[in-house]
Amino acid sequence: MSFSTAQILVPDRPVASRLVQHKRSRWIGWVIGVALFALVLPLTVSDYWFSAILIPLLILSLAGLGLNLLTGYTGQLSLGSAAFMAVGVYTAYNLDLRVPELPLLVSILGGGVMAALVALVFGLPSLRIKGFYLLVSTLAAQFLIQWVLVKFGWFSNYNPSGVISAPDLSVLGFEVETPRARYLLTLAIVAALFWVARNLVRGETGRRWMAVRDKDVAAATLGIALLRTKLLAFAISGFFLGVAGCLWGFLYLGTVEPHGFDLNRSFQILFIIIIGGLGSLTGSILGAAFFVFLPIALSNLAGALPVGTVDNGLLENLQQVLFGALIIFFLIREPGGLVRYVQRAIQYVQHRLGIARNSG
Amino acid sequence: MRHLFRKVIIAGLLSSSLTTAYAEGEQYFPLQSYRVGPYAAGGTGFFGGFIDYMQHVNQQGGVNGVKLVWSECETEYETEKGVECYERLKGGLKGAPAAATNPLSVGIAYATLDRSRKDKLPLITINHGATASTDGRVFPYVFPLQLNPYSEVSAIVNYIAEKAGGKDKLSDVKIATLYHGSPYGTETNGVLELLSKEYGFELKLLEVPHPGNEQQAQWLQIRRFQPDWVILRGWGVMNPVAIKTAKRYGFPVDRIIGNIWSNSEEDVRPAGDTAKGFVSITTHPAGTDFPVLQGIKASVVDAGKSDLQDPSRFGTVYYNLGVVNGILNVEAVRLAQEKYGHKPLSGEQVRWGFENLNLDNKRLEELGALGLVQPLELSCYDHEGGGAVRFQQWDGQAWQVISDWVQADRQLLRPLIDKASAQYAQENGITPRDCAPI
Repeated sequence: MSFSTAQILVPDRPVASRLVQHKRSRWIGWVIGVALFALVLPLTVSDYWFSAILIPLLILSLAGLGLNLLTGYTGQLSLGSAAFMAVGVYTAYNLDLRVPELPLLVSILGGGVMAALVALVFGLPSLRIKGFYLLVSTLAAQFLIQWVLVKFGWFSNYNPSGVISAPDLSVLGFEVETPRARYLLTLAIVAALFWVARNLVRGETGRRWMAVRDKDVAAATLGIALLRTKLLAFAISGFFLGVAGCLWGFLYLGTVEPHGFDLNRSFQILFIIIIGGLGSLTGSILGAAFFVFLPIALSNLAGALPVGTVDNGLLENLQQVLFGALIIFFLIREPGGLVRYVQRAIQYVQHRLGIARNSG
Repeated sequence: MRHLFRKVIIAGLLSSSLTTAYAEGEQYFPLQSYRVGPYAAGGTGFFGGFIDYMQHVNQQGGVNGVKLVWSECETEYETEKGVECYERLKGGLKGAPAAATNPLSVGIAYATLDRSRKDKLPLITINHGATASTDGRVFPYVFPLQLNPYSEVSAIVNYIAEKAGGKDKLSDVKIATLYHGSPYGTETNGVLELLSKEYGFELKLLEVPHPGNEQQAQWLQIRRFQPDWVILRGWGVMNPVAIKTAKRYGFPVDRIIGNIWSNSEEDVRPAGDTAKGFVSITTHPAGTDFPVLQGIKASVVDAGKSDLQDPSRFGTVYYNLGVVNGILNVEAVRLAQEKYGHKPLSGEQVRWGFENLNLDNKRLEELGALGLVQPLELSCYDHEGGGAVRFQQWDGQAWQVISDWVQADRQLLRPLIDKASAQYAQENGITPRDCAPI
């Protein structure tokens, strides 16, 4: 993405070598990421970190990624993300309940597919309306789906409060019991889907999406079918969100209630990609990290104050104020999102190490 | 500046994982409290009363010499935050073991049902919670003390029957229920439908989406339905808005019955004069005359140590519920100490204390809480214990108790609870414990 035509046309350096370098630095990033999440963290951190920080971080990254494919790459605004997550988890729950023979992963897959289908239906208006008007029309998904799940007890197996609890989790004969095991399963699924997304956006599909995002009329004249491209984006985004919903209910909270997937959650996912960086895979992770880490850090910070120095209620409100102020600060400093900070940091390090100079 | 900021954040994260030396003789209560958001009035009142009672106990030397300690974590009544707080606090504080969690949120309670069992840490949901958890055979660690949601509804219907002139007259009655859009709100819909079939009253269920500051559509429907009674199953800001909107649509406020979370001063005061005549249920009266409250006043409030920001809330419904909750938690610890020794106890040991709680009038009198707490006897089979409520009416200044204890039909409801708990046991692969015969 950072590869613009202008760069390619600059004649002073052979294109091939820069491509190699580009690939190499990419690979280094991936290797560091995988090593951190799959090797270092599982061996070093406590159960609290798994169940309260890392698992929601990964799942929100995945949800952010789902919306990013639709909004960041294809330019279609949506406020139905939480509803698609709900469709995913309720489908998986019912598959698991009513067809007990199905393995867990297949149920989750089913949840994703159902969410994709529902997202496809709610993506239809995107052919006629754009921008904020489309945003408002996706609200219909948000309200309708939540209402259906509350209204018809069948979806929650007639549980009195409408809350369903996660089934026993086992994958290929392994019981997923401990927080570490749940983390590793989440990581495996999220990493796999990130890999899929990376290939999608780098391939023909991604190029179509970005063409539609940048100028849909121009894309249409180039022969890109708007209908198919937009609907495909809705469906794939729905699939990712649906899987994220399953993980949220099954592996993170252990319970699901329709109200846990309300409009606030949709906003949260939208803010994750805005803060993290629109149209960037890494941005989804950074945005999720911002939303998971910062409130907890602030709350711990407040807890470290000696008791009685500040009134408790005031302290809680101050944290909210500070969190809001930080969002504004980051966006003013860098509208491109947190991912731009990271890119600049990497460039800075490369510059310092002399990689950029020597590689030519 | 930026470096400082980064360092501060890192320090904050580290401080959470550091543990210091073991503190001898302290019992810890993790508080998943909420002081911001639409339900702050409930949170500050309840946790204020709870904390003040614990301070009061410490002033008197603790529980058999064991001091009580606590720390707070803000949940904003949101499930995810509540789970994070649970995970953060469950391990105890500086070596003092956690006794029990009291999240005061049905959503958080549901999300920690399973965790409580695995972590062997009692989960206390006073006057609310998952009704099925009344069955201690399937939920050994969960205690919906005093009043579970089914009992609550049943008592209200019994009161309406009393007003109508007997249960056989209920078939001429129309009841609308306005419920909060949350697990807490929906919990009783099934049992209301069942009671409606059983007694033949006409029922309409209307949801008010969280947080409930917009109710015109619902009250328009109520006006069309023309019910004899409206049961208000509200929480927080939804309650005063309901009362005000009822007035605007011409529904008499004394035909609205507030449930156990629509019964505080904070629910009626914002509605002003409109609220005069509003009826609600309660498990405990408001007021400051009880000896235990006088004790708290002398040792905590007058000493300027109260957790309440606004001292005028002392003795209000939420505050007193916090005190009641404190009494029940501390009594469970005290009882468990008789069995396991006068020392800090594990959650598993405190659980035994809860399950064997038996507060009769004599013990309540000793505690200075006669009339504040209803007599309570728990068992392996029954984790609720009480199941009775009184009705109170708002006179514009204070709540006046207008009925004697109204008992829920607990026998009628029990099969439903057993069915729900059996379903939970089956879904989660739990083998129910064998309790001694009832």
